[in-house]
Amino acid sequence: MMSTHPVLEIEALSLAAKSNEALVHNVSFSLGKGETLGLVGESGSGKSLTLRAILGLLPRGVTQTGGVIKSGARSAMVFQDPRGALDPLCPVVKQLAEVVYYRQQVSRKASRMIALELLERLGLPDSLQRSDRYPSQLSGGQCQRIVIAMALACKPGILLCDEPTTALDVTVQRQIIETITSLQQELGFAMVFVTHNLAIAANLCSRLYVMKAGEIVEHGDTLDLLQHPSDPYTQMLIDSVLPLPELEGGRMNG
Amino acid sequence: MNYIQLDPHLHEGGRTANRLKRIWNTPSLLVGSIMFAVLIILAVFIPYLSPYSPTEQNLSAFLQPPSAAHWLGTDQLGRDLFTRLIYAARTDLKIMVLAEIIPFCTGVFLGMLAGYYGKWLDAAISLLTDTFIAFPFYLIVIIVAFASGAGERGIYITFMLVGWIVFARVVRGLSASFRKQEWVASAQTLGLPGVRIILRHLLPNVLPQAVVVLMTDMVGLLVAIVTLGYLGIGITPPTPDWGTMISDGQPFITTAWWLSAVPGFAVVYTGIALSLVGDGLADIWRKK
Amino acid sequence: MGSTLQVQNLTVRYGGFTALDNISLNLEEHTTLGLVGESGSGKSTLARVIAGLIAPDEGKILLGSQELLKKRSREQHKKIQMIFQNPDASLNPKHSIRQILAEALLFHKIVPRQQVEQRCKELLARVHLEAKALDRFPHEFSGGQRQRIAIARALSVEPSLLIADEPTSALDVSVQLSVLELFKTLTTELNLTMLFISHDLGVIHAISDTVAVMRQGKLVEKSAKDQFFTRPEHDYSRELLSAVPKMPNTTTAGGYYEPRT
Repeated sequence: MMSTHPVLEIEALSLAAKSNEALVHNVSFSLGKGETLGLVGESGSGKSLTLRAILGLLPRGVTQTGGVIKSGARSAMVFQDPRGALDPLCPVVKQLAEVVYYRQQVSRKASRMIALELLERLGLPDSLQRSDRYPSQLSGGQCQRIVIAMALACKPGILLCDEPTTALDVTVQRQIIETITSLQQELGFAMVFVTHNLAIAANLCSRLYVMKAGEIVEHGDTLDLLQHPSDPYTQMLIDSVLPLPELEGGRMNG
Repeated sequence: MNYIQLDPHLHEGGRTANRLKRIWNTPSLLVGSIMFAVLIILAVFIPYLSPYSPTEQNLSAFLQPPSAAHWLGTDQLGRDLFTRLIYAARTDLKIMVLAEIIPFCTGVFLGMLAGYYGKWLDAAISLLTDTFIAFPFYLIVIIVAFASGAGERGIYITFMLVGWIVFARVVRGLSASFRKQEWVASAQTLGLPGVRIILRHLLPNVLPQAVVVLMTDMVGLLVAIVTLGYLGIGITPPTPDWGTMISDGQPFITTAWWLSAVPGFAVVYTGIALSLVGDGLADIWRKK
Repeated sequence: MGSTLQVQNLTVRYGGFTALDNISLNLEEHTTLGLVGESGSGKSTLARVIAGLIAPDEGKILLGSQELLKKRSREQHKKIQMIFQNPDASLNPKHSIRQILAEALLFHKIVPRQQVEQRCKELLARVHLEAKALDRFPHEFSGGQRQRIAIARALSVEPSLLIADEPTSALDVSVQLSVLELFKTLTTELNLTMLFISHDLGVIHAISDTVAVMRQGKLVEKSAKDQFFTRPEHDYSRELLSAVPKMPNTTTAGGYYEPRT
């Protein structure tokens, strides 16, 4: 599965806080074109920090102490808290058009057209075209769609997803994940998906990297890793997905 | 029985040491406390430190410049300026502290009541505080001081009336936000009565912030006491007070400027000391 | 002592918004009812109404044969205890664990004063914490440990009904499992009746005997656990169950799972 032309290569990345406390230690992975890779782990495992390092958005007080990040494509990020990622005082379509205007270097008028196209592609209601709304007037799922649209407006080769569905309800989570996968098939971007939920990661990603306390404890092809976990931590994560019995009459389709 | 492992690096005995270390690492608190302590020590021991009386006049030695005998010189009635300055600190600081006690307690208590119970009680207390705030502070102070007569008593009455508002406002906001916290809800589900929740649960949580406000408020109060003294409706002569000292020195501002400047400096010094203590305490409590 | 809880035609309105719309629900003695719903479904409001934190606009709550009114007696307060979602906010930051556990013991005179210390240690042992935790303050504990302390505090007054409002949602997955395990042992050992609220269907499946589903302030379905998870009555329940991300079937190699590349 290892791609011959990786769009993103990380070699021995180390991040540390000001007090020299290591936060991420010796993390390496490479991401092929159009591939989806999962970073799984609990809070404090350094998975979100690794994502931020790729984007060059490390929080204040955290520095890169070693390693190289080689990126062959533009990257954009989708955050966990969609409301926090949007400006509460700016209507959403205007916000989106603003991103298009600056990132794609087109006229104001064209940027609005592109923004509206993106909205349609993400399955947002047509009513937004007529009357723009503030983030507080939209549901969490709709806000997350706007955030994804903004990320796509940067025409990314790599989409970085930081627990994009954790704050959402299960039904909405399912819709968002379906949207992300269909967009990926259509646009062909590669994706790094960070989550603590192994079930989501397993359904989305071809390869998984399990992180614990800033280090990668295990990695491999998804199915292989789930069937033969060698690290007890991976086993624990697998066990943490509580089983549900099969629904009689099958699962409903979205 | 298998126990969950507790965090081992926090052990007994380390707690007080930790606290001392934190104070040591907060220079503003350290400097402020030392500055204030120097003033208090001087004020307490001035009868043993100075051979002069603060009120006895010595007309043969009036308006002397600073010298070895009179560190800061003498005033127009020949009284030693340094001695008077420190005796004035006694008066002013004593009034400052005493005048804050009742407003602090009432303000904190009313603020907690308003924030915890909300509804009509909150509306009533907020209406009262807003009304007082709509008036210029010094207008109220001067009116009440005139009405109750000059002197210490007037100052106490004035601040009992207006001093609580600052605390009530700050504590009300804090209490209202703590009220939504789950530890308050769980105290309620345990069936604890409201008064107990306010005193046992809210009070220790609002107190740090209230004390920080107290420090800055004391500076404002000191300035008000001095202003009233300066205007002649505060402390009555011959009791030494920084305000009356400033106004007494005013006619001699061209020849003996230090008569007014030195008590002015004393006010600034005390203000800086208290503000530093307030800042330091806020820093320490925030870090926790 | 019948500790069955009955909720009859409960309605709560905030301004024009109806948070609870005519809810009727029964809790059988010594069982755990799992209450599921998405955000805004009113499940937390229901919990708070039952715990006496919110007064309902209409409807009745019966504990055994007694009706719980707006003003509850000490005895009634003791009977129903609640565990909250956020472990960071559920303990008073200025109180030591000893103060936290002893307060209700003393106030409700559960044990004589000289036995309070001993009882506090027993309570901690119940939730698998060492006695030396008593001298510490909440910020010295992890989220899971704080949730255990909150459980010990709720148990201190010997309630018959325990309400748990998303008690594991803010915890890491590894901790989540052990806290769930603790809830299970406690309910069987102490014969508790429990109302367990969660949006996570896996958690609900692990802990409940009966499952109730809420949506937009209304009760949509109430079924026995096995029936709910295999043959839900309501379409909305089916939609919820279908949306849960599932692990690829790892026991049967191949077949089921298609990796997306």
